Amino acid sequence: MAILVDESTRVITQGITGSAGSFHTHQCLDYGTKVVGGVVPGKGGQTFEDTGLPIFHTVAAAVSETGANATMIFVPPPFAGDSILEAIDAGIELIVAITEGIPVRDMIAVNAALQNSSSRLIGPNCPGVITPARCKMGIMPGHIHTPGRIGVLSRSGTLTYEAVGQLSAVGLGQSTCVGIGGNPIVGTKFIDVLKLFNADPDTDAVIMIGEIGGNAEEQAAAWIHENMSKPVVSFIAGATAPPGRRMGHAGAIISGGQGTAESKFEALDKAGVHIVRSPAEMGHKMREVLG
Amino acid sequence: MKIHEYQAKQILRQYGVPLLAGQAATSPESAVNAARDIGGDLWVVKSQIHAGGRGMGRFKEQVSEEEIAKAARGEKAAGEGGVRLCRSTDEVAEATRSMLGSTLVTKQTGIEGKTVRTVFVEAGCDIARELYLSMLLDRAKSEVMIMASASGGMSIEDVAAKDPDAIKKAWIDPAVGFSPYQGRRLAYGLGIEGKTVRAFTKFVAALYEAYRQSDASMVEVNPLVITGDGEVVALDAKMTFDDNSLYRHKDIAQMRDPHEEDPTETEASKWKLSFVALDGNIGCMVNGAGLAMSTMDIIKLKGAEPANFLDVGGSANQEQVAAAFRIITSEPAVKGILVNIFGGIMKCDVIAQGVVAAVKEVGLEVPLVVRLAGTNVELGKKILADSGLAITPASTLDEAADAIVAAVQG
Repeated sequence: MAILVDESTRVITQGITGSAGSFHTHQCLDYGTKVVGGVVPGKGGQTFEDTGLPIFHTVAAAVSETGANATMIFVPPPFAGDSILEAIDAGIELIVAITEGIPVRDMIAVNAALQNSSSRLIGPNCPGVITPARCKMGIMPGHIHTPGRIGVLSRSGTLTYEAVGQLSAVGLGQSTCVGIGGNPIVGTKFIDVLKLFNADPDTDAVIMIGEIGGNAEEQAAAWIHENMSKPVVSFIAGATAPPGRRMGHAGAIISGGQGTAESKFEALDKAGVHIVRSPAEMGHKMREVLG
Repeated sequence: MKIHEYQAKQILRQYGVPLLAGQAATSPESAVNAARDIGGDLWVVKSQIHAGGRGMGRFKEQVSEEEIAKAARGEKAAGEGGVRLCRSTDEVAEATRSMLGSTLVTKQTGIEGKTVRTVFVEAGCDIARELYLSMLLDRAKSEVMIMASASGGMSIEDVAAKDPDAIKKAWIDPAVGFSPYQGRRLAYGLGIEGKTVRAFTKFVAALYEAYRQSDASMVEVNPLVITGDGEVVALDAKMTFDDNSLYRHKDIAQMRDPHEEDPTETEASKWKLSFVALDGNIGCMVNGAGLAMSTMDIIKLKGAEPANFLDVGGSANQEQVAAAFRIITSEPAVKGILVNIFGGIMKCDVIAQGVVAAVKEVGLEVPLVVRLAGTNVELGKKILADSGLAITPASTLDEAADAIVAAVQG
């Protein structure tokens, strides 16, 4: 089954004609994703390059004409929050916002709009979601993924690829890989994805990759302790990060002593999660845990 | 992004947040003019640095090392502090003269201290009570949170440690905004009464408007003063801003003080590289923030110390790679460099070409380990091998970390 995306997902790209939007739409099409159109205000009625895919002025028009139920957002930061709001309003079930740099104030409004909506937002500032060999919505390199039964869940981009590469190298394929993004406000938290993996008959175990800043890992630890019926392996990046500094990701900052890697490792360990302290050992640890 | 107190007050004034009269000055003469403009017969001259604890801070050039060490620990020390009460324009001139160009050491600056380049001259004030008020994002709720306490002048972390119930909180529902009942609840909770309750509520409303419209990430008024007349005024103000919003606040972006930043970090941001200087001797260049933090972490796990965090991002071109090398090697403590690239969209052959060209341009005097993985990895490895440069290749993260630590530690 996997989670979130599969061969039935019908995807549009908001910002399809931009350099990132066009490049990655082609990559996703090559991977086998069912991309059905794009949205660029002002370019409605045109077709996307040589693909024959229709472009629409609005998300609502795209949904009406193509039956799209998912969107990838490759819109620049000043306009991306608005694009997410548009997708929520059009009733899109799965919104994957790739854009990095959306202001916090805009995300506070997006977060409020998500409540009581029928949309799930992944990201922003994330690599996207992939169910290997079936559907890719994002910028991750498809070829390093192999179909399998390990759920991968991460705040990171290339560190996720590192984990996927290590899993594939020890013969463990992935059911679905979800990048929730590196911002302080994200549409989907660790807990939300853990619930999905817990209920997915095709996922046997989960690797959760966190980093400094906020308390999402601590909240996840509490949920895992009470509810998770499958093994979880976890690595937390940033044990060597100095306090008060933003380490690349807007959400990766130790603030007022809170959000350290150590406190996350401790909370996860207490909750029965198999923690791994070296980023080079993620695949080996999963292999060891599964026996 | 951080700004000085005088700049924060400029912004708050625009939103009608009650403040005392005050002006920035960069010379004793302009400080005296400021004092005259402000009027009255009591002024406070305040050193402007991006750090708190200025009142207890002491100047390196003016007292002994022992007293400076006390100041760095936040203990009472001999000598004059970074905030001075002045009763005449002569005293204003003298305080300014002694502060400008001197190095202020406080509990927050560390022993190196910070050079004072600007002072803020402010009207004196009749203080009846000192409170604490701040606003910042509550990440757990994704809402702006207001924090207030009756312990003005103390650090909020100290109050939280001693007596967490003393901190009153309110959250702003984004669909509703700030409502006056929230201000009243905080006020009565702090033991404020009478007409001051309304003044406090108006203050909070104006502060929230400033916070929201300017895309602040944090605003802290410590102390928030209630005067003898029952008025509410910000005695100090600290504001930091969401870097992602600066594109829509050119005026605030211009308030950046390069003197307060590590010059290497300033140089790195010009090249769109994300860079944080650390204390070790192994330089790192990685694509992706999570992988970059992990690279620092594994170096430490292997018994060595990273010299920096550096994320070249998803689309580093040759110039950026060269700039990254120059920046890393500009630190004399660096005794080795580890490049760790997991190519997704970024192809390994492209990064390899960038590394080779950068090394040829910048020169290489320390061991260099390059670990490539992902798209076009074999082609990338070949380019490095054929370059004739002294580059040690690695395939896995473990191999790469072991190799660089061995090369540096011998």
